[in-house]
Amino acid sequence: MCNEFAGGLIHFCNIYSIFDSFLPENLDWMAFMMAAISLAFAAINVVVMATALYILFERRVLARFQARLGPNRWGPFGIFQPIADLIKIITKEDTTTDIADKIVHNLAPIIFLSATLAVIAVIPLGNNSFLGKLNVGVLYIVAITSVNVVAIIMAGWADGNKYSMLGAMRGVAMLISYEIPMGLAIVGVILMSGTMSLSGIVEAQELPFLLVQPLGFLIFLIASIAEMSRAPFDQIEAESELGAGYHTEYSGMKFGIFQLAEFMAPLITGIVVTTLFLGGFRGWAWLPGELWFLIKVFSVVFVLLWIRATWPRIRFDQIMAFSWKALLALAFLNIIILVVEIEIFQDNLGSISLNSLILMGAINWVVTIVSIVFMANALGQSKLKRPKAQPSSLANMYAESE
Amino acid sequence: MTLRTEPITINLGPQHPSTHGVFRLRVTFDGEIVVDAEPVLGYLHRGSEKLAESRTFVQVVTLTDRMDYTSSMTNNQAYVLTVEKLAGIEVPERAQYIRVISAELSRISSHLMATGFLLNDLGAFATPLMYCFRERERILDLFEMLCGARITLSFMRPGGIFQDTPEDFWPALTDFISNFPKYLDELETLITGNEVVLARTNDVGVISPSDAINASLSGPMLRATGVEWDLRKADPYEIYDRLEFDVPIGSKGDTFDRYFVRVQEMRESLKIIAQCIRDIPIGPIKTETPFFVRPAAGDAYAAVEGPKGELGFYLVSDGGIAPYRCKVRAPSFINLTLLKEMLVGWKMGDLITIFGSIDIVLGEVDR
Repeated sequence: MCNEFAGGLIHFCNIYSIFDSFLPENLDWMAFMMAAISLAFAAINVVVMATALYILFERRVLARFQARLGPNRWGPFGIFQPIADLIKIITKEDTTTDIADKIVHNLAPIIFLSATLAVIAVIPLGNNSFLGKLNVGVLYIVAITSVNVVAIIMAGWADGNKYSMLGAMRGVAMLISYEIPMGLAIVGVILMSGTMSLSGIVEAQELPFLLVQPLGFLIFLIASIAEMSRAPFDQIEAESELGAGYHTEYSGMKFGIFQLAEFMAPLITGIVVTTLFLGGFRGWAWLPGELWFLIKVFSVVFVLLWIRATWPRIRFDQIMAFSWKALLALAFLNIIILVVEIEIFQDNLGSISLNSLILMGAINWVVTIVSIVFMANALGQSKLKRPKAQPSSLANMYAESE
Repeated sequence: MTLRTEPITINLGPQHPSTHGVFRLRVTFDGEIVVDAEPVLGYLHRGSEKLAESRTFVQVVTLTDRMDYTSSMTNNQAYVLTVEKLAGIEVPERAQYIRVISAELSRISSHLMATGFLLNDLGAFATPLMYCFRERERILDLFEMLCGARITLSFMRPGGIFQDTPEDFWPALTDFISNFPKYLDELETLITGNEVVLARTNDVGVISPSDAINASLSGPMLRATGVEWDLRKADPYEIYDRLEFDVPIGSKGDTFDRYFVRVQEMRESLKIIAQCIRDIPIGPIKTETPFFVRPAAGDAYAAVEGPKGELGFYLVSDGGIAPYRCKVRAPSFINLTLLKEMLVGWKMGDLITIFGSIDIVLGEVDR
């Protein structure tokens, strides 16, 4: 049973054999379960701690963008700030509104967090880890991230608060629309690598897919910003419009769980983008793969932060139009071009040489720039021309003095 | 099959992240679209006008600070101009120059806040706001040099100003006006050409010039519609008739114009301050006035072009040491007149930005 998972850093098989050694012969299944649970426990804790660190990272970097200092009081560089935040949020009173649907209200944060956490299971952090070889890994990620939508509508509906409901309604419409371009961008990756397993995709990236199919990368990045509902697509929360959106009525640790999942989302996005487009743990030999992975993840996360710190929010209908008119069309264009190119460049065995990949990349970069400029002109810029100011004839303050 | 829908009513405020104070807006939405909006005022009513009747003419200055607390200087100026008109007090030239400088600094500071909060309402997560506040901080430092306070300044007195400028004020001011254009350019590269900002503000919340005049709007709200009207040129007070500056106007009267007019006005204010620094004479800063100013029975109205619009005071005196009646023409309040017309038909996101672009201060609306 355990043979296909050989090697790796912290490995399922090692843990399994430890449990197996002191359990009786006929309790193999229990050893299996215990190994799985302890591994999941470790993985979840690592991710949650990483999220706590990421919260600090985000607050500090955002502060630098905004000409502030950010939290710097607790420990060196404010490194204990997440712990202080956690203590605060745990000790807060946990309230529920009278008109709330209690069960749905309490279930929503749990679903939200577990859906976000479950994505981590299939990510190949190193050469051989966890369930990286799951042969439908990409499909699994697309499916499990959609569960968030259910949690959001549950949270928004169960509160009985109008702001929550508006936020949730917006959110669901937006998340569903952006799943389509996101899925289509992933199709490009699957076409190139010929597999849906995430380790297979990493292995297939002789050249990172960012260089080969930049259009797919951009679409995926934009769609995933929308998927986790961060600025400029933060319609679900829309702080200046809806207060806090779907979690307006949550307090205490339930709110904390939402926040945790929300701050985990950029990390998960960084991880998925790294795996699908940046070559995962591949890198030059002078650093271990896990470190390369971390560096890439944090560069993606930094770009996401940069976008968040810079752009104003787009209006709800404009966001929908952007998805259906621009991103969807570009995603189809990306797929068509990739299919044609693969058909031309692949050899008899179905593989593509490095030189052909570089040529493909060059063509795709040109296509990307041309199509984005065309799309921007067709959809927006021409409508935003402003006329020169003409003084109105209704009132003239210079008349008296002349 | 058609689904049955019904409009929902939402109370935006009095506690809401973007109502700029304790303002309450009862809005009826059809889905995302505004079908009705009704402002509910009075959460910050402190009875300033009534309080003025039980204070001496000089003491009322401190009440005016707390009306438009983002630009205390212009409030002070409008009030002392009215008292001087009522009592016939001459003001020394140096005092007038310093008053104009501080009023223009106040205008820049107020416009910075308006721009920053408008961008915050647009959803730019606090970055432009923090940049605006960083520059505003420098203006507050200058105010601190002038009078020791930063927000509630009470700098002006009937007959002049409270005290002469300290020595290090002038180098600091020169430094500020030489550095500020660079910052404005930075802000404009970030915002003015930004496609998202344009997509959110272009043609949103349009007011026509005739509507604006009929509703007696003033300030950047009025000028954004293309009407050239600025009290500093139309009815010059203090020394504005000696200064050269342009009155920027907008082309469409939409949210973007209201933002852009403010940015251009900041540049004009810098020009005014530079001219004042060049021309300012040396001399007394205050006419000797008795501690209790006792104007003869009568009334007077004087107005200044404040950052939000025409800020006027109407004072009635019965010959005593306190005003018999004090009435404030508050531009923030009057600029809210067209709120419903501007909001109906737009979406919720636009509601917030249109409201933000009016730039109200609740201390002035409710007084």
